[in-house]
Amino acid sequence: MGNILKQTISALALFGALAAYPATGQAADLKLGLMAPATTLDPHFTNAGQNLALATNFFDTLVRTDTDGKFVPGLAESWRIVDDETWEFKLRDTTFSDGSPLTAEDVVWSIERPATITSSTASLTIYTKAIIGKEIVDDHTVRLKTKGPYPLLLPDLSNIAIVSKNATQGLLTEDFRTGKGVVGTGPYKLVSYDPENRVVMEANEHFWGGKPDWDNVEIRFLPNDSARLSALLSGNVDAIENVPSSDIASLRENKDFTISEKTSYRFVFLFLDSGRETTPGITDNDGNPLTVNPLSDVRVRQAVNLAIDREAISARLMEGLALPTTNIVLKSMDGYLDTLTPTYDPERAKALLAEAGYPEGFHLNLLATNNRLMNDAKVSQAIAQMLTRVGIRTTLDSVPFSVITTRYSQGDVSTAMMSWPVPTSEASFPFRALIACPDKERGWGLVNWGHYCNPELDSTMAKALTLMDQGERTKTLEDAVRIIGSDVPIVPLYFQVSTWAARNGIDIAARSDERTSARIFTPAK
Amino acid sequence: MISFLLRRVLGGFAVLYVTVTLVFFSVFVLGNPVDVLMSNTTDPAEREAAIIRLGLDRPVLEQYFHFLWNAAHGDLGNSFVYGKPAMSVIFERLPATLELAIIAIIASILIGIPLGLTAGLKHRSAFNKIVMTGSIFGFSLPYFWVGLMLISVFAVQLHWLPSGGRGPTTSFLGLNWSITSLEGLTYVLLPAVTLALYKISLIIRISETSARNVNRQDYIRTAHARGVPPARIVAVHILKNAILPVITVLGIEFGTIIAYSVSVETVFSYPGMGKLLIDSVINTDRPVIIAYVCMTSFIFVTTNFLVDLLYAILDPRIRHSVSGA
Repeated sequence: MGNILKQTISALALFGALAAYPATGQAADLKLGLMAPATTLDPHFTNAGQNLALATNFFDTLVRTDTDGKFVPGLAESWRIVDDETWEFKLRDTTFSDGSPLTAEDVVWSIERPATITSSTASLTIYTKAIIGKEIVDDHTVRLKTKGPYPLLLPDLSNIAIVSKNATQGLLTEDFRTGKGVVGTGPYKLVSYDPENRVVMEANEHFWGGKPDWDNVEIRFLPNDSARLSALLSGNVDAIENVPSSDIASLRENKDFTISEKTSYRFVFLFLDSGRETTPGITDNDGNPLTVNPLSDVRVRQAVNLAIDREAISARLMEGLALPTTNIVLKSMDGYLDTLTPTYDPERAKALLAEAGYPEGFHLNLLATNNRLMNDAKVSQAIAQMLTRVGIRTTLDSVPFSVITTRYSQGDVSTAMMSWPVPTSEASFPFRALIACPDKERGWGLVNWGHYCNPELDSTMAKALTLMDQGERTKTLEDAVRIIGSDVPIVPLYFQVSTWAARNGIDIAARSDERTSARIFTPAK
Repeated sequence: MISFLLRRVLGGFAVLYVTVTLVFFSVFVLGNPVDVLMSNTTDPAEREAAIIRLGLDRPVLEQYFHFLWNAAHGDLGNSFVYGKPAMSVIFERLPATLELAIIAIIASILIGIPLGLTAGLKHRSAFNKIVMTGSIFGFSLPYFWVGLMLISVFAVQLHWLPSGGRGPTTSFLGLNWSITSLEGLTYVLLPAVTLALYKISLIIRISETSARNVNRQDYIRTAHARGVPPARIVAVHILKNAILPVITVLGIEFGTIIAYSVSVETVFSYPGMGKLLIDSVINTDRPVIIAYVCMTSFIFVTTNFLVDLLYAILDPRIRHSVSGA
C-alpha cells in the first residue's frame, strides 16, 4: 500500500515537473514583456530608445554596439579609414527577409531616408548630418565622406537601420502600421503588429547570423510596473525588462527566475547654475536675494559635490541599482578617469563653504522630476537633506518633466536633477550637450542649464573631435575630463543600473544601452 | 417632441463648444510641447522649423481660431507624438476601451438589476441584508486594490487568467478587436470584472431603492387588490417604473468607463483610451488631449441624449409634458 502511494506521488511529481517545463522538445518560443511601446515600426521616424530597440529585431545597422557599448561589425563586415574625411565599409553578403540581396544602394538609401521624414519631433538626422557624401564603389562597398575629420561616425551609424530600398520606396511612416516596409536583415520578421499591445514575429530564415534562437517571438507592452512583473510571475511572459526596484529583493529570493543587471550608460547628475550673475532660486538665510551667485564660486560647487553621500543613495534608496560616480562616462568608455572617485566629506564641504564666504550657508531651490527617473522623487529628497546638513538649506520642487523644461525656458532653474545617456561611448557626447558654452551654430551646449562656459575646455574637446587616432583622442578626452573633475560644472551622481528578469532556462545578455530585443535572450545551454 | 429633441441637440453643441474652448486654453498651462518632445540634441534650426510646422509660434488666439476653423471641418489636428491625426490615434485605442465598457455594463445589468430589484421587493429579508452589505464592499473598494488582488489570485497564484495587457486582435470594420477570440476574452475578463464590481454595486443600490419606492405606490396596491398575478405586477408595473433611474445612471456610467477608466487600465497595463489621455498629458501632446476631451464630451452628450430619448419612450408622462410645453 505504502509502495503504491509512493509511486503515485513520484508519478505526480514527474508529471508536475513536465507540466512546469512544457518548452522542452517543442518549438522554442519567447514572450517578452517590455515597458515602453514603440510609436511606430518605421526605424527612421524618431530618435526614441524604445523605437530603435524594437527595430533591432527586424533590422541591422552597419555598425552594432556590443553589450558594453563597444562598436562591432554589423552589416558592415569591416571598415577602414581611407583618409581623415573618408570611411570605407565592406558589406556582408546577405539577403533581406524577402530574399532580395543587400546592396550598397540600400545602405545609401537608408542613410538618406531620415532626412525625408519631416513629421518627426526627434529626427534621426542628428546621426546622418555629418555625412556629406556617399559613394557606391561596388555592390558591397560604400564610401562615406564626412564634413571634416569625424571620429564619431561609427556611433552615429549604429543608430541607422538599414532598410530595403525596394520595400520602403515611397512609403510614409503611417504605411508601416500594417507592417509594410518592415523588410530587414535582422533575425526576425514581422507577423503582426497591434500598436501599444503586441508585436508578433518569427525567425527570419535568411538571417546571416545563422538560425535565430527562437522560432516565434511575441513582444507585449506592459508599461505598468506591477502588471509587467505579475505577467512574468504568472508565466504569461518569459522575460521582462526594468524589474521594479521595490520588487527586486523578493525576486532575487525566487528560485524560478533569474535576474540580470547591467550598469546603464545613463547617468544622473545635478545642474548648478554657475554661469549667471544672479540665479533665481538662491537667497540668503533671511530670504533676501544675493548680489553674487554663490554657485559661480568653484569652492561652493565642490562643497555640493562633497556633501552628497552617493553610496547611501545607492544602497538605501535604489536597492543597489545605482553606481555612484563623479565621472561622466562608464569605465569601459573613452574619457573615464580612475582618479575621479566619489567622496563623501560633509566636514570638508562645510569648510569650503566657509572659505567661500558662506559660513552660515544660504537658501537653495532644487528642481527635480517625479515621473522620469527611477525613484527620482525619493533621491531628490535625500539630496535636499544632505545639502541642508552642510548648511545649504535646500527646498525641493518635485515636478513632472514637462514642468521642469518649461521652468527652464523661463530661466527659472538654479539647480536641477536630470539624466543623460552616453550612446557614443565617449566623454564628448555628454560634454557637448551639458557643459560646453552654448553655441547654436555648432549645436553645442544646447542643454547647458548651468550656463557654465569654459572656452579653454571647449577647445580641448573640439580638438579631441578632430583626432582620428584613437590613442591621441582618448588622451585629449581624459585631459578635458580632468578639468571637469576639478571645476565641477555639473555634479555627477550615479549611473543607473538596468535590470532584466527571465524564467529559468533563459540566458540574458544584459546591455548598457537599455535596448531590449529578442536578440539579448537565448535558451540556456 | 421635435422641439424637445431640437433643444437637446442645440444644448449638446453648446456644451461641446464650451468644454473644448476651456480645454484648449488650459493645455497651455501644461508646458511647452517642443521642450518635452524634441530630443535635447536636436539642431536649433530644426527646432525652429518644428515650432513653425506645429504652429506653436503663432499667438494663442490665432491658434484657437485656426483650431476652431479646422475642427468645424472635422480636422482636430495631428498628434505631436505619433505624427498622425489625433482622432485616428484615439480611434486605435477605442475598441480596447469599448470592449471593457460593454462587458462591464452588461455584467452590471445582468447581475445588478435582478439582485437590486429582488432585494428592494423583499426589503425586510435576510437576502436584502446580504446583497446590500455586499454592495457596500463593491462600492467602497478602490479599483486599483481590487485589480491587484484579482491579478495576484487568478493570474499569479492560480495561473487561470492572464495578468494584464490585451489579447491578440483581429481586424473588423478597420478596427482591432480582441473579444472575437476566446484567448482575447480571457484578457478582458479581469479588468472588466474589476470595473463591473463597482458598477454592479451602484446598480444594485439604485434599483433597490427604486423598487422599494415603486412597490409602495397606490397603483401597485390597486393591482394587488384587483387580483393581478404577482409575477405580472413585478414584470410589468414594477420593473417598468423602477427601471427609469437605473437607465439614467447606466448611461452616465457607460460614458464614464469609456472616458475615465484610467486606474483600471493602468493597473492592468491595458492599452485603452484612459491610458492614452495620461500619456498625452505627460508628453504634452496637445492635439490628442483636445481631441480626447472633444470625443468624451461628445460621448456624454450623446448618451445623455439617448437616455432622454429612452425616457420619453418608456415614460409617456415625459413625452406628453414636453410636447405639451
